[in-house]
Amino acid sequence: MQGILAKSTVSVARAHVLRSSVRSFASSAARWQAVPTEKPVAMKEFKIYRWNPDEPEKKPTLQSYTIDLNQTGPMVLDALIKIKNEVDPTLTFRRSCREGICGSCAMNVDGQNTLACLCRIDRNTSKDSKIYPLPHMYIVKDLVPDLTLFYKQYKSIKPYLQNDNPPEKGEFLQSPDDRKKLDGLYECILCACCSTSCPSYWWNQDEYLGPATLMQAYRWIADSRDGYGAQRKEQLQNEMSMYRCHTIFNCSRTCPKGLNPAAAIAKIKLELAAD
Amino acid sequence: MMSSRAVGLGPAFRRAALAPKFARNQVALRSAITRRGVQTQSLPPAASDEILNAQRLKRPSSPHFTIYQPQITWLGSIANRVTGGGLSALLYGFSLAYLIAPGTFDSAHIVEFVAGLPEIVKTSGKVILAAPFAFHSLNGLRHLSWDMGKFLTVKGAHTTGYAVLGATAVSTVALVLM
Repeated sequence: MQGILAKSTVSVARAHVLRSSVRSFASSAARWQAVPTEKPVAMKEFKIYRWNPDEPEKKPTLQSYTIDLNQTGPMVLDALIKIKNEVDPTLTFRRSCREGICGSCAMNVDGQNTLACLCRIDRNTSKDSKIYPLPHMYIVKDLVPDLTLFYKQYKSIKPYLQNDNPPEKGEFLQSPDDRKKLDGLYECILCACCSTSCPSYWWNQDEYLGPATLMQAYRWIADSRDGYGAQRKEQLQNEMSMYRCHTIFNCSRTCPKGLNPAAAIAKIKLELAAD
Repeated sequence: MMSSRAVGLGPAFRRAALAPKFARNQVALRSAITRRGVQTQSLPPAASDEILNAQRLKRPSSPHFTIYQPQITWLGSIANRVTGGGLSALLYGFSLAYLIAPGTFDSAHIVEFVAGLPEIVKTSGKVILAAPFAFHSLNGLRHLSWDMGKFLTVKGAHTTGYAVLGATAVSTVALVLM
């Protein structure tokens, strides 16, 4: 009797071991395991500017994409990459570093120019999010603007150190105070957010240099090591190059790096007035 | 999403699927795949400029003020431009009219004409004249302070912008009550 009892206990135990081992391989979670919390579905609509150069006669349109915010990273760039990977591979935009240092993903999100990688998605799912390319630029495709003129303008201010009297030995020296003058200027990544937010640049970009380029012009005027300040100022001493700036402040308001091009341009104006 | 269209195999697959059964073998399929639906053309590197220029001519300009978020920065600037233009037009218009017809546009006739208008027209006319004048004058002071190097921050632009709007409201009421 005792033997039978012992044998049946053993078999019950073995069966339990067998069952639990089978269960642990099953796809459904065992009762004693922690269940991953299911996030609620948060579908949000993104309306994105589309234009295809292969069909140039078709007018640019806003195309709507709806994705689950809880299956997406926090930034607008994450949403764009998700759409491109999973919904529509033809969606075209520039991106590279995804951390606000390359300036590639500059675009107009919900009416403001910013870097898509630094711009958080508005979690309000009842409102759609509109994504346009940088304003008043020629469009290569979808969210990719033609920045040729912008780079040409930057090149025109000779953005490099010019000095006919280099130190005889070693490097250029600079006092900490002189170095401090470059803070808030040299950090510019040339994403073109500020220039394309400027109404003056919208109407006059063929002649007006725009805030990004002008702030870099000031960066070299302000540099104590540069010897061509007078020529640099002379280049701006005309009606169009700089004086189309009317201190609107859209540039400083929109800068994703928190820089202040409007103040830099005002300082050039002060220096030109003192000449 | 790898659609057959994206890799340009659509026509090849369709041909293979619609082909009679005896032709539906690997060899036929492979040859169909090698003959892609997309025709390519060899061009010298110099031809790229022409293609680029042809494309550039057709590029659309992206939308600007219609989609940009309304902000006091640029709306204030536009208001300054519009009020300045309006006030100048009024000044030049009135001066020229006085030059052409001094008999009809002298002060005595204008006082007489305004005195005959109903009260509501007088008040609204005063508001229409006083508000742009107050805004443009005060915003001019804001610009002068910027030119002196003051308030050159985003915060400064916002506080002075709202201060100008508030002061405009107050001085418009004061001017209308005069």
